[in-house]
Amino acid sequence: MISFGPTEEQELVRDTLRDFAASVVRPAARAADEASELPAGFLQQAWELGLTATQLPSAVGGGGEPRSPVTNALVLEELACGDAALALAATAPGAFAFAIADHGTAEQQARLLPRFCGQQFAAGAIAWIEPSPVFDPLALATSAEAKGDGFVLNGKKRFVAMGDLAQDFLVIARRANAVKPGFAALDAFIVPRGAPGVTLGEREKLLGMKALPAFALTLDRVELPASARLGGERGVDARRLLASSRAASAALLTGLTRAVMEYAIPYAKDRRAFGEAIAQKQAIAFQLADMRIEVDAMRWLAWKAASFLEHGRDATREAAQAFGYTAEQAVKLSDAGVQVLGGHGFIREHPVEMWYRHARTLSVLDAVAAL
Amino acid sequence: MIDFTLSQNDQRVLDYVRSEALVARRYARHFDENEHEFPPDELPEAKDFPGAFAVMGKQGPEDSGPVVLGMLITAGQTWGDYSVRMRRGRGVGLGNAALAASGTPEQKAKWGGLLLSMAITEPGCGSDPSLVQTTAKLDEATNAWVINGEKIFVTTGCRAEGAVVWATLDKSAGRAGIKSFFIPKTAPGFVVAHKEKKLGIRADDTAAYVFKDCRIPRDHLLGGREEIPKGESGGFRDVMKTFNMTRPMTAAFGLGMSQAALDFTREQLEAAGVDLSYGAGVHGKSAAADRFQRLEALQEAAMLTVLNAAWLSQSGKHNNLEASISKAKGGGAVREITQGCIDLLGPLGVSREHLVEKWFRDVRITDIYEGTGQIQRLIIARTILDYDRTQLK
Repeated sequence: MISFGPTEEQELVRDTLRDFAASVVRPAARAADEASELPAGFLQQAWELGLTATQLPSAVGGGGEPRSPVTNALVLEELACGDAALALAATAPGAFAFAIADHGTAEQQARLLPRFCGQQFAAGAIAWIEPSPVFDPLALATSAEAKGDGFVLNGKKRFVAMGDLAQDFLVIARRANAVKPGFAALDAFIVPRGAPGVTLGEREKLLGMKALPAFALTLDRVELPASARLGGERGVDARRLLASSRAASAALLTGLTRAVMEYAIPYAKDRRAFGEAIAQKQAIAFQLADMRIEVDAMRWLAWKAASFLEHGRDATREAAQAFGYTAEQAVKLSDAGVQVLGGHGFIREHPVEMWYRHARTLSVLDAVAAL
Repeated sequence: MIDFTLSQNDQRVLDYVRSEALVARRYARHFDENEHEFPPDELPEAKDFPGAFAVMGKQGPEDSGPVVLGMLITAGQTWGDYSVRMRRGRGVGLGNAALAASGTPEQKAKWGGLLLSMAITEPGCGSDPSLVQTTAKLDEATNAWVINGEKIFVTTGCRAEGAVVWATLDKSAGRAGIKSFFIPKTAPGFVVAHKEKKLGIRADDTAAYVFKDCRIPRDHLLGGREEIPKGESGGFRDVMKTFNMTRPMTAAFGLGMSQAALDFTREQLEAAGVDLSYGAGVHGKSAAADRFQRLEALQEAAMLTVLNAAWLSQSGKHNNLEASISKAKGGGAVREITQGCIDLLGPLGVSREHLVEKWFRDVRITDIYEGTGQIQRLIIARTILDYDRTQLK
């Protein structure tokens, strides 16, 4: 059935997150960007919304609600409308925990998930991106070689969000004996931060999303037991892992672009030139109309990918379309937002220049989030 | 619940529509190259095809519903051809939509069964219908309206049995003075001047009308209100309402053809060994694959805006804004997609041995009729800015 109607429960979640974004996230965003730091207490405050624990199995102490990528798409859009950097930080534990819940063995779930069901914030981090201008999530340099019952990991990762607080990293690597690159060659490993050979590097200095703590990670002959391989002998469904991430990015980019639109509209109605509001000129009004058109299109693409994930269907195509489309539009429309505000779009008193930097940054971070 | 998967029944209907479309496509080139001919009301193969709505059956709770599925059926039909259909239904002209929106119950009962065209556009007035110059004067002596004027770009204009025609009772009254009339083809003074020659959708019947002292009975004024309302737009608003369904539908027409272009392009590229599989990042695929996938995403984005407008209507919610969004998005998308497919196919794309060059021509109208992309943006901008038409012109 094709339907665009959220359930009553989803409407409630969306409204709650919209309030949280407006009252907590947005007011803190600029200072966090300037300081390149998350606001004090923010992670715990977001934790108390229960975004991660609700959808974890009751067997490990979670809320036992069914996993719902669609609900999570609504959550991410709302949070990112507040601020995309803070949104990604708040949902990073979920990205790790949901990967364990969706792909992990019973033993891995029992070992790793209880900490995400408690009262205190717990972090996890996904390490997929690598430091190469030709990085491709399906063709990784980081390798995993079988050794005895276990594995040896070697490689370099970048942009590992929440790497400083995570107890464990989910490292995506290429099986050393794989014949050709592609989904089938990928594996995911749970790597404890204290494992010998694991070095957390410098904090990334970014154009946008500056408040998000992201780090380089080096894996130098890191020896892992067989139990570190996500999914055990079955391994990980890498298509689903990547689709989940891309759909999540699409939802974040939708929220971010909606923020630009919702800021530009009242500004353009208020700002006057040549005897009328600039919004009364088609040159401006049509740019705002395009924002309105595209925010819808972006959201539906994100929802469609999320819906496919929710049904357990292969969402590779849908998620790639959603991420590719929203990435392009977010940059284009936040750029238009800067232009509508003119000089004020360039001044750090208004948030639009920050959103432009966020959009440019988030749109090239493939494989950082999850639904 | 938010859901984007088709039910088994939905899929079965769409598979059936595809089987019809494949037959219709066999005739597509012929009617494109023989513009003076009209495709038949029924193809010779029709005896073997019961029709999509017969196949659809009763909609269950797991199905997408008649309006949403209707959009997919529409796009599935134009995937075969814009003008050639297994069956061309009667009573589905644009004029029928106008009659349904603004006619009295008696008028709907009397004329609803006829195929009606809608005649608004004139040589000097297109996007701004308040400039209508065609006049209607009441002749009290004979209780008849006398219509004078010229109408162009009338869809299904040659084959329609009657037309819903916009005419003004009083030019000085502006929009409020415009009324719509039902005029049967048999009315004295109704002349079908010619069939227009076009870039695309050539098999489609697009006519020009002339009304020369054309006389119709007094009760042929749709809605029956003869007075000119003060300070409001009168029947204008009613007629505009009909666009809330026809605009997404129009976008769906175009998107069926751009989908056809994408499917042909994929087939050709894959046969030539181009890997179009999804998953890899920008460095893991060819430039052609990247371009193609962007076009597919654009197609998907546009189609989803159409489905949203349809879903809102089906759910009994307002969809004025979303209807315009779908039309604006669809109108732009189909142009870019068919242009892009030709880029990817090169000379093959412009050869009349294949249909891509035809789809490129056929879709171009999508961003023009039923309100240009610019008119849609005006509507969208006025809505989101809460402006009326004096504040944003």
